[in-house]
Amino acid sequence: MEWVNAVVQGLFLGGSYALLACGLSLMFGVMKIVNLAHGALAVVAAYLALSLIEHTGMPAFATLLVVVPVFAVVGYAMQRGLLNRALKFGELSPLLVTFGLAVIIANGLQQLWSADSQAIKIGALSTASFQPGADLSVGLFPLLTLVVAVVVISAIQLFLARTRTGRAMRATRDDGDAARLMGIDDRHLYGVAAAIAVATVALAGVFLGMSTQFTPTYGDLVLIFAFEAVIIGGLGSLWGTLLGGLVLGIAQTVGAQLNPADGILAGHLVFLAILLLKPSGLFPKAVPA
Amino acid sequence: MTHLLEVEGADVLYGEFQALHAVDVRLTEGETLAVIGANGAGKSTLLKLIAGAMRPRSGVVRLDGADVTALPEYARVRSGIALTPEGRRIFGSMTVEENLLVGAHSKRPGPWDLASVYEAFPILAELKGRRGGVLSGGQQQAAAIARALMSNPRLLLLDEVSLGLAPVVIADIYAALPRITAKGTTALIVEQDLSQVLKAADRVQCLLEGRTVLEASAADVTRDQVAAAYFGLERKAS
Repeated sequence: MEWVNAVVQGLFLGGSYALLACGLSLMFGVMKIVNLAHGALAVVAAYLALSLIEHTGMPAFATLLVVVPVFAVVGYAMQRGLLNRALKFGELSPLLVTFGLAVIIANGLQQLWSADSQAIKIGALSTASFQPGADLSVGLFPLLTLVVAVVVISAIQLFLARTRTGRAMRATRDDGDAARLMGIDDRHLYGVAAAIAVATVALAGVFLGMSTQFTPTYGDLVLIFAFEAVIIGGLGSLWGTLLGGLVLGIAQTVGAQLNPADGILAGHLVFLAILLLKPSGLFPKAVPA
Repeated sequence: MTHLLEVEGADVLYGEFQALHAVDVRLTEGETLAVIGANGAGKSTLLKLIAGAMRPRSGVVRLDGADVTALPEYARVRSGIALTPEGRRIFGSMTVEENLLVGAHSKRPGPWDLASVYEAFPILAELKGRRGGVLSGGQQQAAAIARALMSNPRLLLLDEVSLGLAPVVIADIYAALPRITAKGTTALIVEQDLSQVLKAADRVQCLLEGRTVLEASAADVTRDQVAAAYFGLERKAS
């Protein structure tokens, strides 16, 4: 039974990884940008939520109503102001720009908040749980995180599949030059994709801050987990990212069940094994040439 | 009288290489112009210039009298220029119908929508759920023309429609052309293959090494005149 429990807990942990990773996956999928500031942005969102709570007395979940829209605007501005310009100099430049951003953000947070660890308090919800089986305990907050991850990823998928802007994004991903000839302004479109990506990472960051303690440099770890989820699932596929997050979460909790100190190591090993055996990921995007 | 399209004195360069030398093109509304010439004559460059994918070093592009030289390609689609690019460039992971809907991204009003495009190209109605990447060359070409029409262009630019297609497929595609121009769409067709395009066009303009060497009404011009201009025989003779 303890193994079933480990898998179930892993599923919920994976929900939080999937939520963290879907923005990374979207940005890579639409504009081939690897956003190394992704983890740092998640942590900034958590700090922003924290200071809103401290300064305005806002309830923890209400901060999402401010943080998520603010980060959507930040994402759009970051894309139009920095990354679109960087893209003109090749694929490597956005990588360097986002790396620089990640360093600036982590150091800026350290200046403002010191290196002490922080947490967003959500009261009784953080420990609330129910018992669906004898030895099985399900935390309400991890369950909520998983549900939010599934809802967010489904919503983005629907958006890409059904809306005019979503179609334009897929067309741009297939062939950017041809898409411009269809009247699609790719600079704006990239801005919208980045706005969605950064809004989701803000949501994920606040949830992360509610579930664990974080420090200004916590983004590095977040980035690694998000990356592993994206690669395990298959680049450019959002359903793959969801699956990748879940696989990573389960690998970590099952690994920890084997030996409490080896959870994260087990996650890395599964990631490496998939890179070795199926480098295109579990759910590769089937794009014919 | 204002022309629908006016290209005046266009010089276009790829780095050091000059692809177009002071080229002029004029098209009146409703007309079909064939721009012909050998490989490297500057035909595709001319289309890229008109569609906004390239900028001239000097010269002007006007649509209905308005200077559009500085407009990027996506803005030109909104003002009524659509290009069916060389190589067709169908979005491979999207279905035929999705490709067509992307063509309508600019939301320009006009006679073309899914229904009328399927009427002009019945084959596309049958294939609408098929992914672009698995279509044959001829099906892709039909889809690419239909996709361009979805933006309800005033000026339709067709680049190398016949390239890589079987003669019977080429004939099919040219057969659809009158249905398009009948709706008032002005067309500029670039071709290397003369067999079909001379029948479809009102006027012919032949390019050689980036310069216009022949302009004539398609009805008056003889194949010998075209061939001479095409290969530059006239210049060597004079």
